[in-house]
Amino acid sequence: MSDAVHDRIRDEVGSNDVVLYMKGTAQMPQCGFSSKVAGVLNYMGVPFKDVNVLADDAVREGIKSFSDWPTIPQLYIKGEFVGGCDIIVEMTLSGELDEMFEKNGVAFDKAAAEKIREANQPA
Amino acid sequence: MNTAEIIEKKLREAFRPARLEVIDDSEAHRGHGGWREGGGTHFKVVIAAPAFNGLGRVQRQRAVHKVLAEELAGPVHALSLQVEDG
Repeated sequence: MSDAVHDRIRDEVGSNDVVLYMKGTAQMPQCGFSSKVAGVLNYMGVPFKDVNVLADDAVREGIKSFSDWPTIPQLYIKGEFVGGCDIIVEMTLSGELDEMFEKNGVAFDKAAAEKIREANQPA
Repeated sequence: MNTAEIIEKKLREAFRPARLEVIDDSEAHRGHGGWREGGGTHFKVVIAAPAFNGLGRVQRQRAVHKVLAEELAGPVHALSLQVEDG
């Protein structure tokens, strides 16, 4: 994988607090897993930069080697890879995602996060 | 062996899990990107093993990805993971 793509990604995740590499866009996701993560962020009112990997094959492959993670979506907070769909859902329900936003000074709607947790109580 | 059986065999050998479920979830993704007639493209795996104790969320999924690297580079389009302590 060319260093140019990794440099570009490093710059992107370094200059935006929250970046989601996804299939499709935040407005029009083209994959259920990407849609789920974008949906959580939107619902929690977190501003984020969406990068549509379907629009660029170099990024689609480059993001996988950049993070050593084979699947998409991928969420980055303050330059750090946080996880894919399963991890973001788990962290939303456990409250860890709230903590991560708080720790990194990223504004979000705590009441909305609580609503997600109330609506998804373990059976 | 089909892909589900290969995944199960590799995970059993690598982690000796206390609990392992490999679910071919492809039908639920019929017509979506990466889906193919006949299944074997979208999987959900629930695995619990002592090997994961003490690892963070990213590390434990990476451990599974590593064992299934060949499948993820090949027929498997989506892999949903629930990785637990054993």
